[in-house]
Amino acid sequence: MKHSAFFWFVLPSAVAMLLFIFFPIVSVVVQSLHAAHEQVIIEVENCGPFGCTKATAIDQEATAALREEQPLGRFAGLEIYKDRNHLATAQIGPLWEQSTSIGDFIGKLMNLPFYKALGFTLTFTFVVTPLTIIFGFIIAVAVNSAARAIRGPLIFFSLLPMMVTPLIGSLILFWMVDARGILGTALRWLADDPSLSVKADTGLMWAMLMVYGVWHSAPFAFIVYYAGLQTVNTDTLEAARIDGASRWQQIRHVLIPHLLPLTTFIALMQLMDNFRVFEPIVSFNASAHATSLSWAIYNDLGGETQQLSSAAATSVLTIIGVAILLSPVLIRTYRDYGKAA
Amino acid sequence: MNLRHILMTGSFLVAASATASMAADCGITEGRLSIIGNEFPAIQTVARNAQDCAGLSEAKANLTADHQKINLAGMQGNPAEYTTAIVANSSIVALVNEDVIRPLDDLVAAFGQDIPKNQLITINGQVMAVAFMANAQHLVYRKDILEQIGMEPPKTYEDMLAAAEKIRAEGILEYPLGGAYMAGWNLAQEFVNMYIGHGGEFYEPGTAQVSINNPAGVATLEMLKSLSAYMNPDYLTHDSNATSAEWEAGNVALMNMWGSRTGVLMDAEGSTPEVYENTTVGGPMTVAGGNSPASTLWWDGWTVAKNISDADAEATFKAMKHGISPAILNDETMGQAVWMIEGYQPAPVNEGVFSAISMQTTPYPMLPHHGLLHTALGDNIADFLQGKESAEQALSDIEDAYMTAAREKGFVN
Repeated sequence: MKHSAFFWFVLPSAVAMLLFIFFPIVSVVVQSLHAAHEQVIIEVENCGPFGCTKATAIDQEATAALREEQPLGRFAGLEIYKDRNHLATAQIGPLWEQSTSIGDFIGKLMNLPFYKALGFTLTFTFVVTPLTIIFGFIIAVAVNSAARAIRGPLIFFSLLPMMVTPLIGSLILFWMVDARGILGTALRWLADDPSLSVKADTGLMWAMLMVYGVWHSAPFAFIVYYAGLQTVNTDTLEAARIDGASRWQQIRHVLIPHLLPLTTFIALMQLMDNFRVFEPIVSFNASAHATSLSWAIYNDLGGETQQLSSAAATSVLTIIGVAILLSPVLIRTYRDYGKAA
Repeated sequence: MNLRHILMTGSFLVAASATASMAADCGITEGRLSIIGNEFPAIQTVARNAQDCAGLSEAKANLTADHQKINLAGMQGNPAEYTTAIVANSSIVALVNEDVIRPLDDLVAAFGQDIPKNQLITINGQVMAVAFMANAQHLVYRKDILEQIGMEPPKTYEDMLAAAEKIRAEGILEYPLGGAYMAGWNLAQEFVNMYIGHGGEFYEPGTAQVSINNPAGVATLEMLKSLSAYMNPDYLTHDSNATSAEWEAGNVALMNMWGSRTGVLMDAEGSTPEVYENTTVGGPMTVAGGNSPASTLWWDGWTVAKNISDADAEATFKAMKHGISPAILNDETMGQAVWMIEGYQPAPVNEGVFSAISMQTTPYPMLPHHGLLHTALGDNIADFLQGKESAEQALSDIEDAYMTAAREKGFVN
């Protein structure tokens, strides 16, 4: 392709990426380096139906002047990144010294909001991603070996979890695992424990969120693998069969190597998606048991007083986290392409 | 041609029927009305009546439980999307802090002389909102179950625990207590109630320095934990709606609930006669021998956005004034709230809020930095209730989380 043709070809998407991805990220980074102005507080008297009270309020005129001068707020540098609600650099040292063992230290670390969120986010990512890939692969192989006549409906039903809006899907599950719901009651019966409640137990809640995660994203892995299975060279499979390969040996030595590049692609997408786990925590009202980085951003913005800089700092840390997670896969892909070229 | 004809007739019919129900004359000739507010029956009534005003170029309302997540963003633009926000004494602070609502003195002088003085909310001498109803959390109980165990309705939280123990011991209900204890805003509100009941002060006098890690704070957390032992184990996921559903299902005998939500519990919808006929309200409860109830007083009122044209502000003011005029009271709306409107006659369902007022319950604090403490409370109490950490540790986590946020927002150095 000519250089000029290539330029015009990618221009629209480059402009869109600049506008909708690059500039917003720059704005978030800038926001995270600034904190609110020091508030000018005045004593006021507030009156209402229940009488008058002495209280404080923000002096709007003085604040307006400050805002005029520095519209972004006070430059805070990395202060917000380092504070207790984020990386807590000043708190970690003393915690380490107080701790009697590594386990004790990790327990104390999980009491800090950012590390608590990171702990769940990473656990979720590293449990759900491999399970999604495994289940997706199993479903794909199973559907592919089903009779042609029922494949259509099978594919449709296997894809349903992905089509259901995440918020709705998790709400449905939320009511099913309720102590009086069908799954909740079944679990009680199975465990023979009448006081068992998924929503009241941190461990079970984590398990529930991860089950939801796998349920929701396995169809994605399935459909990618299923598409891949249609391209398997039937000659190779036939040759393997003639050589006396069992079904497992065919899968192990023919299908899996053939689908490996797809696995890289699915892993990449799922790592990104799972690191941003958010909807199930909201739908399951699970914030007492599990928080994630995305939930922390939402919580900062959802309070009566919005904490924009705090949310921005968590966002930047999330982006850095995604970049770190993806780097091994990206490096691998880069090397593979390097070999090919 | 025919199709066009039919469409034209159709749209005329729609327009005609719309104007027929929008006949209210509020003296408006132009301007728009766009309401953002919480979602419960009383607010729906106000919004519907305000929208009925004739002459508005646009009349819409967005009523949602998530109102405080979007009202600020919707009023910061110029012109603002929302011309009025229906707020309470906590949520008005965020709007005042960001300077997105306008003082109403000129509009009151020109068009609102007949609004009673006690409905005007003034901050530093300027009218910032017009209140239309009072609200508070108070006891709701099942008359039949208390009769069955032979106990009077509890006046204190200690009595409530004793009643709960007896109901459980007699095998009537396994989890006799209810409460909106969902981690986050609701749970923080229960802490605020109970801490005020214990006579606690949230801040060092005259500053934004938090100070809750004290005996009152510990006693507050201990009481919340004792109560939660008698609640459905899923209590940390139950907000007001879920708690009301538990009540209507007949699973709860005693709870601390919002006055604005009791009407729904006592009507014949969504429950059996055994439950709704026996649902009774009592006053707010005290705790630890205190005089002041462990509850907070609230008003709900409307504001007018700053970033809108004078014509829109005038139209919004007139429409909202109509929305809270005596004309809106009828058999259906009378019991929806403790209205501050002339001609309002209290129904039995409203007694709880009235006793909260007569018992001189503390109003919820209107401080510019209190929202940050509320958030910090909501994020950190659950760890203690689940037995993951001590009360002192939880209180110190709350203080640290608040101070970090307050530093970022410039309230403390």
